[in-house]
Amino acid sequence: MKKITLPLKDEDIKNLKAGDSVLLTGTMITGRDAAHKRLFELIEKGEKLPVDIKGETIYYVGPAPAKPPYAVGPAGPTSSYRMDKYAPALMDNGLKGMIGKGARNQDVIDAIVRNGGVYFAAIGGAAALIAKSIKIEELICYEDLGTEAVRRYTVEDFPCIVVIDSKGNNIYQTEPPKYNTENL
Amino acid sequence: MEIRSIQAETVTKTVKKLFTDCNYFIGDDIMNALKNAEKTEKSPVGKSVLSQIIENDEIAKNEMIPLCQDTGMAVLFVEYGDRVVIEDGSFEQAVNQGVREAYEEGYLRKSIVADPVFDRINTKDNTPAVIHTRIVSGNQIKILAGGKGFGSENMSAIKMITPSYGVEGVKSFILDTVRKAGPNPCPPIVVGVGIGGDFEVCAELAKKATFRSIDTQNSDARYAALEQELLEKINKMGFGPAGLGGNTTAIGVNIETAPTHIAGMPVAVNICCHAARHKSAVI
Repeated sequence: MKKITLPLKDEDIKNLKAGDSVLLTGTMITGRDAAHKRLFELIEKGEKLPVDIKGETIYYVGPAPAKPPYAVGPAGPTSSYRMDKYAPALMDNGLKGMIGKGARNQDVIDAIVRNGGVYFAAIGGAAALIAKSIKIEELICYEDLGTEAVRRYTVEDFPCIVVIDSKGNNIYQTEPPKYNTENL
Repeated sequence: MEIRSIQAETVTKTVKKLFTDCNYFIGDDIMNALKNAEKTEKSPVGKSVLSQIIENDEIAKNEMIPLCQDTGMAVLFVEYGDRVVIEDGSFEQAVNQGVREAYEEGYLRKSIVADPVFDRINTKDNTPAVIHTRIVSGNQIKILAGGKGFGSENMSAIKMITPSYGVEGVKSFILDTVRKAGPNPCPPIVVGVGIGGDFEVCAELAKKATFRSIDTQNSDARYAALEQELLEKINKMGFGPAGLGGNTTAIGVNIETAPTHIAGMPVAVNICCHAARHKSAVI
């Protein structure tokens, strides 16, 4: 298990390999469908973003409300492919890391390689467990989007797995065939 | 049979509890299947994913918090006795009030937007619920309810297969749908299949199939065998827990059927994640 601090350093990204289990500590931003659409439209218009994405890692999540006394509510990853349309533009504007679940398209993989980025998967449906590693939640922008607002999470030992590394290696492509027994 | 009065508030309270309970407490059928899969999973990563899912579901139960942040679209299958009269309100309003109270007071996520295409503004109370009602004879209301997450819902599909394709056509459509879904719907999954009826009936059956416990089987031995065969075939695909490789891609295949037209054999596949949440009650 590798321990990695956020924001990600280029050196750390280079050393991450697809398949590595990692624990992230530091700060990340959150955003999913609706926030991505807004950020993408601002980038297209050449306008300033309400959140600085340079060097950031974004977690695709729409958390459930926090139940007192907990600081945050259950917060597992949402399916990443819905952000595929927007992710390359965000990466070309400085975003380094993405955390979600599920496959990405070739445009995103190309953008990861082009920008020296990385894509992590958190375990879908492990929201209550993952929330234990999120210590502080702060609103950054788009409060009107409710659960889809952009927030900053301060995390300690946030568990995830490198799925697509900076060279474009992708364990969603390479691992399942090893366990495929359809033709045996 | 005597006409029976049921207070709208009783419906509301019942529905509220069904939705909080299904989001906090995973069914024994799922927990047992996850624990068995943890023993039989061949991939070390897959094993670790399964143990984290089990730990997650235990945290949710003990702390009474949602086991997944996607607490779903509220779906209910209702068998409404024709001798029942609702006092002080309407049935539909009472159900939606129950959903509203569960999601607002139970710390569940509000995931419903009022308009699907243009505004997409959140209704902020997770209403309206999807209510499938069948009028039956009697003086009770039976409710089967669940929160359906959309990561898996989006991986679902329907096909108007025609009779000449036979059972092989049914199998290949189901397997193709699961294969296309790959790692996206939070495997290990529960596959709900509806066969027969017409276009909308088979989709409804598929959803209802995901609400059936996975430790049960179709009462027709031929379909029960098909459920088992499909489960084995899906688990040979290799996607594994979280799609990271392994021999546990699904923990259940449930098939529901209905009579259909001489020209048709519609098949719907409703995929559900491992957080297959459903609870039932009788009023």
